[in-house]
Amino acid sequence: MGQPAPDIPPADIPPAGMTVADCAVASVQGLTKRFAGQPAPALDAVSMAIVPGRMTGLVGPDGAGKTTLIRILAGLIDPDAGQARVFGRPATDTDRSMIGYMPQRFGLYEDLTVMENLRLYADLRGLAPADRAASFDRLLDFTDLRRFTARLAGNLSGGMKQKLGLACAMVRAPRLLLLDEPGVGVDPVSRRELWQMVKDLATDGIGVLWSTAYLDEAEKCDSVTLLNEGRVLYDGPPQALTDRVRDRVVRVAVPGAGRRVTLQHALDDPAILDGTVQGDALRLMVAADAPVPSAAALGLAPGSLIEPARPRFEDAFIDLLGGGPSGTSQLAQNYRQIPESDAPAIVADRLTRRFGEFTAADHVSFTVPRGQIFGLLGPNGAGKSTTFKMLCGLLTPSEGTGAVAGFDLRRAKADARQSLGYMAQKFSLYGDLSVRQNLNFFAGTYGLRGAAARDAIDRAIAVFHLDRYLNANSGTMPLGFKQRLALACAVLHQPPVLFLDEPTSGVDPLVRREFWTHINGMVEKGVTVLVTTHFMDEAEYCDRATLIYRARQIATGTPDELKALAGKSDATMEDAFIALIEASDMQREAA
Amino acid sequence: MIAALFGPRLAAIIVKELWAVLRDPRARISLILPPLIQLVVFGYASTLEVKHVTIGVLDRDGGQWSHEIIQRLAGSPNVKRIIRLDSDAALTRAVETQQVVAALRFDSHFSADVSAGRGAVLGTVFDGRKSNAAQIVSGYIDRIVAGVAADIHTARAPPPQGGAIVATWFNPNLDYVFFTIPSLVVVISLVSATSVVSQSVAREKELGTYDQLMVSPFRVWEILAGKMVPPVLLGVANATVYLVVNPLVFHVPFTGSVVLFYVSLVVFLLSVSGIGLLISVVANTQQQAFLGMFALTVPVFLLSGYAAPVDNMPAFLKICAEADPAKHFLIVTEGLFLKGMPAVDVFANTWPMAVITLVTIGAASALFRSRLE
Repeated sequence: MGQPAPDIPPADIPPAGMTVADCAVASVQGLTKRFAGQPAPALDAVSMAIVPGRMTGLVGPDGAGKTTLIRILAGLIDPDAGQARVFGRPATDTDRSMIGYMPQRFGLYEDLTVMENLRLYADLRGLAPADRAASFDRLLDFTDLRRFTARLAGNLSGGMKQKLGLACAMVRAPRLLLLDEPGVGVDPVSRRELWQMVKDLATDGIGVLWSTAYLDEAEKCDSVTLLNEGRVLYDGPPQALTDRVRDRVVRVAVPGAGRRVTLQHALDDPAILDGTVQGDALRLMVAADAPVPSAAALGLAPGSLIEPARPRFEDAFIDLLGGGPSGTSQLAQNYRQIPESDAPAIVADRLTRRFGEFTAADHVSFTVPRGQIFGLLGPNGAGKSTTFKMLCGLLTPSEGTGAVAGFDLRRAKADARQSLGYMAQKFSLYGDLSVRQNLNFFAGTYGLRGAAARDAIDRAIAVFHLDRYLNANSGTMPLGFKQRLALACAVLHQPPVLFLDEPTSGVDPLVRREFWTHINGMVEKGVTVLVTTHFMDEAEYCDRATLIYRARQIATGTPDELKALAGKSDATMEDAFIALIEASDMQREAA
Repeated sequence: MIAALFGPRLAAIIVKELWAVLRDPRARISLILPPLIQLVVFGYASTLEVKHVTIGVLDRDGGQWSHEIIQRLAGSPNVKRIIRLDSDAALTRAVETQQVVAALRFDSHFSADVSAGRGAVLGTVFDGRKSNAAQIVSGYIDRIVAGVAADIHTARAPPPQGGAIVATWFNPNLDYVFFTIPSLVVVISLVSATSVVSQSVAREKELGTYDQLMVSPFRVWEILAGKMVPPVLLGVANATVYLVVNPLVFHVPFTGSVVLFYVSLVVFLLSVSGIGLLISVVANTQQQAFLGMFALTVPVFLLSGYAAPVDNMPAFLKICAEADPAKHFLIVTEGLFLKGMPAVDVFANTWPMAVITLVTIGAASALFRSRLE
């Protein structure tokens, strides 16, 4: 355990003579779990504890072992080695009625109403009939679901589903609450509400384990267990980890269009461990013993503003992992130069899509010039996927037109599709086919043959380090490699336009950095990118972005313009996102 | 090589579809297991002959003629065993407990009546629960008793004039495998082709590769063509195995042209693949596709004329049977196996399958396109 951070309430510091494990409501010791057919263990000698009254974060990328650990704590699977204790007894032999467990994909019955779900869980958890009315009252108030008791759970929004899931896990006030990625599929507004609800519960003395792949959520926890590839990288208060990188993070203003090139040069410097685009500025992290670079060293005009920035949990994570990839993308180096053109690469002109009575996208319009990144942002179900699908030809617009690389979506579908590379949100290559067979298929798909196909495939294998998986079924690879293969297949034919739907969802920050290095490099070669993302800090990479909410565009502009709309001086994209959505809600209610 | 033949896009999708079938463990099983099971089931179990029957005999007579009939019954290749019963009660019990499917009861004066030319009566009891088998066994017993009666007459009087002399063409010994093996080729090709093709589009939807495929610059016809290749190849391979196994195990003659057989087989496989594709495009999951395939192959099979002659069906079912590719292909295979069917007749039964192919594939691609909207 690290030193408790000063902002943790004194009540949470173990009384004299007791260790944290003594007052823990649940703890694991040397936990190891292997799954058949997997080369690496899912959990490797993991130790951690959940103390009542605190938010304990279980943080790590997809596949880190978070769900396995939670399922062991819930007594659902046995570890191979080590022990898991809950309420002082082995996890498999403890009073489970005192555990509230919320699985990842809502453990709800979608064909039952909100109230029926609550009643069902009350039955399942053996809640005495006399206690039901009071319990339901409390939960419906607490989750603000009272207006929706008669609605089918399947018809709730993602955020409301998670709230109902939480309520179901709470029908009998538990002593331990295990939440497996409650923030997934939930828009930032609902995520904040959900967090506040659970935070209140923790304050009441319940032990809470909140698992998440969002590193920004880790910062808000009282204590964090950081998992990566089944191992604990860090266990303690988040502040203590973030302190590792104190005074090593700077913000560099780069006016004009040069920020991608500047970032590439900066990242090629071994003294700079990590860097990201932040609207019109760069955020750089320097190595522990290196000095902060000068403007001249970065190739900027003398006097350019370089100021310290607040370190984040993600910076510390990357520091723990030894820094991000270098700035030069091999993929981009080998990419053809897309010819200069004044014609826009992507045009959406009043794109509208109706499903029966429901309008999923309402007059969405934007143009993206060649060689730019354009972001589609918005909560789940707001219409960004619909817009995205219309532009790549998966959905025919009910109204309006679109064009990709000059090809009209309605008249020249196949030509439009030949000039775009597409990477789907979920892994959508052929999992039963080997990596090589997938590459061969996609090379053929885009008309590559003979030597051209072989060269493209060999380059992709080298750039994405796919050689050791060549003959493995692509579905068995770790997530990061699946995403790499998906990107490799999307760019084999070097298209002028790339469509990326949540390309970095769930992968660890190093793979995310690698992806953005490739994307930035390709954009410098003239490739145009349309991207959707729910990582608000990734929206900063966009040249321009549009925020879609309830099927309409509520704001469009550069990241800095959008942040300025939030009204705060140092607003993040997430602040901007929430402010814009709230303003839109208010406007609609007033109307 | 394939790329040079079809162009890289079509080649890519054909190779991909073949790998998808060969590398998916579930699909692999569905390639090997059903043909094997059907070979056993159809080759040996599916028969309308009644063999290996057990018959009970209550012989109160014990004379020359009852003995003669019992000996002839025991000598019949269809009768496995004769059980001697000693009382009416034992006879009742033997039928009730399904020990025997039929029981014969000779009265004590049976031989005496026969010898005296009075017209003897033979009591027979059948198990009506097995109506089909009982009917067939009744036929056997009739024939054996008639044979004995004829012998008695020949012994006494000049042979009777007239009577039918039966010769069965194309299947001189009325051997049942002559009928099942050609039908088996039809059924195996039908089931293996539809099971592979009906999963193909549904699998892509379920695994999320569908969008990726739709975003690629494929034309609809290229995707559908790619999906049709594995079932056709597979059906041809299965039928070939049967052509090879048949002379070694079942000895059903193949008297027609092998080339005509393959031409007709490919058209048949295309037509059933079209039906499978239609199911696959409609289904959203592999499970739905599987159920859909099951719901469709059973009527296709029943209407083919294998289970019941098409001529015996009511008029509206006869019309439905015309739309059943298996009905046409069954005529062709039986013709080519047993009758040395000439090319003209083969084509007369092949073109309806070609029409069905055009209709099903047309419908599948129209549906495929409309699902894109």
